[in-house]
Amino acid sequence: MKGRMAAACLVLAAAALAARAGEETLRLKDAPGRDLTQGRCAVCHSLDYIPANAPVMDRAGWGKTVQKMRDRFGAPMTDAEAQQILDYLAANYADKS
Amino acid sequence: MATRRELLRVAAGGWLLTGALPAAGAAATGGAPEDLEALPGKKPLIRRAWRPPNFETPLESLVPEFTRNEEFFVRYHLAVIPEIDADTWRLQVGGAGAQRPLTLTLRDLRRDYKRVKVAAVNQCSGNRRGLFKPRAAGVQWGNGAMGNAEWGGVRLRDVLNRAGIAAGAVEVVFNGADMPVLAATPDFLKSLPIERALDENVLIATEMNGHPLPHWNGAPARLVVPGWTGTYWVKHLTEIRIETTPFEGFWMKSAYRIPTGKFPGYRFRTQETAETTPITEILVNSLITSHVSGAQLKRGAHVELAGKAWDGGAGIAAVEISADGRRSWQTAVLGRDLGRFAWREFRYRIDTSTSGALDLSVRARSRDGATQPETLTVNPSGYHDNIVQAVRLEVT
Repeated sequence: MKGRMAAACLVLAAAALAARAGEETLRLKDAPGRDLTQGRCAVCHSLDYIPANAPVMDRAGWGKTVQKMRDRFGAPMTDAEAQQILDYLAANYADKS
Repeated sequence: MATRRELLRVAAGGWLLTGALPAAGAAATGGAPEDLEALPGKKPLIRRAWRPPNFETPLESLVPEFTRNEEFFVRYHLAVIPEIDADTWRLQVGGAGAQRPLTLTLRDLRRDYKRVKVAAVNQCSGNRRGLFKPRAAGVQWGNGAMGNAEWGGVRLRDVLNRAGIAAGAVEVVFNGADMPVLAATPDFLKSLPIERALDENVLIATEMNGHPLPHWNGAPARLVVPGWTGTYWVKHLTEIRIETTPFEGFWMKSAYRIPTGKFPGYRFRTQETAETTPITEILVNSLITSHVSGAQLKRGAHVELAGKAWDGGAGIAAVEISADGRRSWQTAVLGRDLGRFAWREFRYRIDTSTSGALDLSVRARSRDGATQPETLTVNPSGYHDNIVQAVRLEVT
């Protein structure tokens, strides 16, 4: 277990190194749930994926995406957190027309 | 390089294509405005995402016969992308279907195997997803998740044969050095049917346009699968496994799939289900690189519409242009044949004798008779957008 934690930290360190210059300039819309959303999503990817997909997304689309990130890609979050993140994305980045 | 502001100013002023084509703007992509940004060692490209990096080649950089290495698009699924030391790099070749597992160095590849070159289009499966209607989730690519290069390396089949292919081998699995941030995220592994892996055109490539592969395009060695979409062109290759059972990984079983029976192209039967099948071959397609909608032409001026046409390896037979709402079609002049997996340039003299709007459509036909469709076959991931492209120009 200790070994696994150490390995996870190493991988996270590598990810931090891999963060691209510039991505920290993007802040998601200031609304309830933003900090949680930024914190969870940015573990694996820059936040520009979110506004880039807003024109494609409605609440159902974000629901599928959040579920995919948890179930398929192993994004660590509780059910309550997933609900908050979905509410935030659906309220702020669901521009599908 | 012009700044984005300068490019927009040029665009706003109206322009004829003389190298001042704006890479930016909703007109070119149907999507959001675009930011140009340079990855280390690359020229400024259209940034679709910072991390994992996804950068698209601007339209004007698709004009040359061969896309420059520093302008070639960049596409990753996973954010941990190690810089690999070519001297210590090793390629493991094994698997349940390998009789004599190997470990290869770059020197081994250079010394022990015949060197070959193939000109081929590398096109992301999701190229043009951002133009898809109805829109599809994913990286919102415009037209530039593609490029044409001369790839140099060794034949995959020569390496597989040296490792010894056991009876019952069905697929060959490829892994690269790029990794997920979280251990729970599926690593990016892809497989090919054994028959395709043994095709003489499939390479373990170490060179691109006569130079070592750029880091962002898979250094020091990547798979090159001419005619098939970019998802199979695994970068930073570290492991090749000959397998006797179909590969079960996420990136084969769940991702990069299209509805079964809806599209032409090679059927990857060991991975097919009644509902979905892996995307495989590139469909016949074309792209106008000389103009985008809104461009103004001077009346009476000598102007050529130009672009590229390509397919999954049959080769391009003809490119046709319609200037009358697709009622009649005229044949465009084809450029040099760079090989059946490469794109083919086309040129067509535009009639600028009459003022007004000019709608031009382009369609390519491949040597196997396939042509570009008029309507999109909708699929959830936004793949295979090869519908006939049109531009509206203005003669003034």
